[in-house]
Amino acid sequence: MNITRGFTGRPRVDNPGLPPGQYDARDDWPVLSAEVTPDLAPADWTFRIDGLVARPRTWDWDGAHELPASAYEGDIHCVTGWSKFGVRFGGVSLDAFLDAVQPHDSATHVVAYAHTGYTANLPLADVTGGRAWVVWDHDGRPLPAEHGGPARLVVPHLYFWKSVKWLAGLRLLDHDEPGFWEGNGYHPRGNPWEEQRYFGD
Amino acid sequence: MTEASGTAAVTGARERFAPPTRFAVPGRIGVGRQEASVWRTATLTGIRRETPRVSTFRFAVPGWTGHLPGQHLMLRLTAGDGYVAQRHYSIASAPDDSGHIELTLDHVEGGEVSGWFHTVARPGDRVEVRGPLSGFFAWPADRPALLVGAGSGVVPLWSMVRHHRSRDMRMPLRLLVSARSPRDLVFAREMRAETTPVFTRSAPAGVTVGRMTADHLAPFMEKQPPAGWEAYVCGSNSFVEHASRLLVAAGQPVERIRIERFG
Ligand SMILES: Cc1cc2nc3c(=O)[nH]c(=O)nc-3n(C[C@H](O)[C@H](O)[C@H](O)COP(=O)(O)OP(=O)(O)OC[C@H]3O[C@@H](n4cnc5c(N)ncnc54)[C@H](O)[C@@H]3O)c2cc1C
Repeated sequence: MNITRGFTGRPRVDNPGLPPGQYDARDDWPVLSAEVTPDLAPADWTFRIDGLVARPRTWDWDGAHELPASAYEGDIHCVTGWSKFGVRFGGVSLDAFLDAVQPHDSATHVVAYAHTGYTANLPLADVTGGRAWVVWDHDGRPLPAEHGGPARLVVPHLYFWKSVKWLAGLRLLDHDEPGFWEGNGYHPRGNPWEEQRYFGD
Repeated sequence: MTEASGTAAVTGARERFAPPTRFAVPGRIGVGRQEASVWRTATLTGIRRETPRVSTFRFAVPGWTGHLPGQHLMLRLTAGDGYVAQRHYSIASAPDDSGHIELTLDHVEGGEVSGWFHTVARPGDRVEVRGPLSGFFAWPADRPALLVGAGSGVVPLWSMVRHHRSRDMRMPLRLLVSARSPRDLVFAREMRAETTPVFTRSAPAGVTVGRMTADHLAPFMEKQPPAGWEAYVCGSNSFVEHASRLLVAAGQPVERIRIERFG
């Protein structure tokens, strides 16, 4: 351990909900996207799933809203160090979309991509079984554009760069393929509890 | 809206997936995975005051593999009980072979890491760094660059200016930078004709005070290099939202705007 002379740090908080190296951002919700916030109206939003599926399909805003509503209420963790507790998102479970396209057995991973071209890779197992959502509401209000509105992916058990803003689609693959940050040295999976920030963690 | 089944387009071929979207900003350079995974000891060798709130910290980093202007690193401090605090910092110095790098830090009120640097740190102290990280905001000096920053957001942009100068490049490079007042303008002593400052609270006599507007960008958008600018925008989230909207409104293509938000 390389102790830094004279560094004591903030008073320690004993918060079992806080993954290692994270702090509680409370009311802050920092924005860290690398591109211009797109001017995307709900009427222009579409969401497509294709790749290794039996029935590739594209939903528009109304079509997506016909699926059963599902909410996530819990914590989110950003790789830059902040976590936010008790966040409420409303939308549809990704399972509902995936059921409709019927993934092939050979599908093991997905690339989630944004209307801006941003991408993130995820093991299929991390976005199925009630662990991922397509959301359009935050705290009962429409998701603000800088936080990914009109609709974003939420995969709360992984670092939040995986939760693609301005979600445009998912492609199912039989192999893992690095997305935007993963190709820039970030960890392929990004589990905050194992502090998988960068490649090699 | 179900499409005909059996049209699965992916055959398992290992072609890299490129999203079929309109706005895509292409990545630049891939980043070495080794660099991102190793923590290195950085020894503080000097501190230089830039403004009342901002200082530059120079480090010797044995084994530093070099960086491109615009890249950042992760820095961590460790307390006696093993508690760590880690933050991202842009690299202020240009790439060189001195074995040293410089970081330029704003003193954030009550800041855990910047507070230690500004009140405790002295030459000889050791911290740890890993990087360089993220090729997206890097400027490999391949395209004319229009740099737009505010506050400490000028730091990665200044690495680009320094690089441009040290290589005596002909490539067009311009910096539009916003600061509260002349005494808050980081790197002011080093700024020359490439830089246009905008002051938001107080300015020298005869210079208007106020936030960045379309008028500030207009001269650069009117006199563009033949293939246009690659725009690099850096600062607080509210600043980059404002500045990137101005750029888009002035006609800068969205896929040629790169953004670094300090959070
Ligand atoms: C890519 C990138 C590059 C950057 N480059 C630079 C740079 O070149 N120069 C620069 O000066 N900065 C840079 N930053 C910002 C930098 O990473 C830090 O955010 C900044 O130095 C503040 O850190 P701190 O530890 O001093 O403050 P913190 O302690 O993180 O405090 C920051 C704010 O958060 C609040 N806060 C944080 N943690 C807690 C907590 N546990 N409890 C209560 N409140 C809390 C504080 O009240 C304060 O308002 C960069 C950021 C990014 C993402």
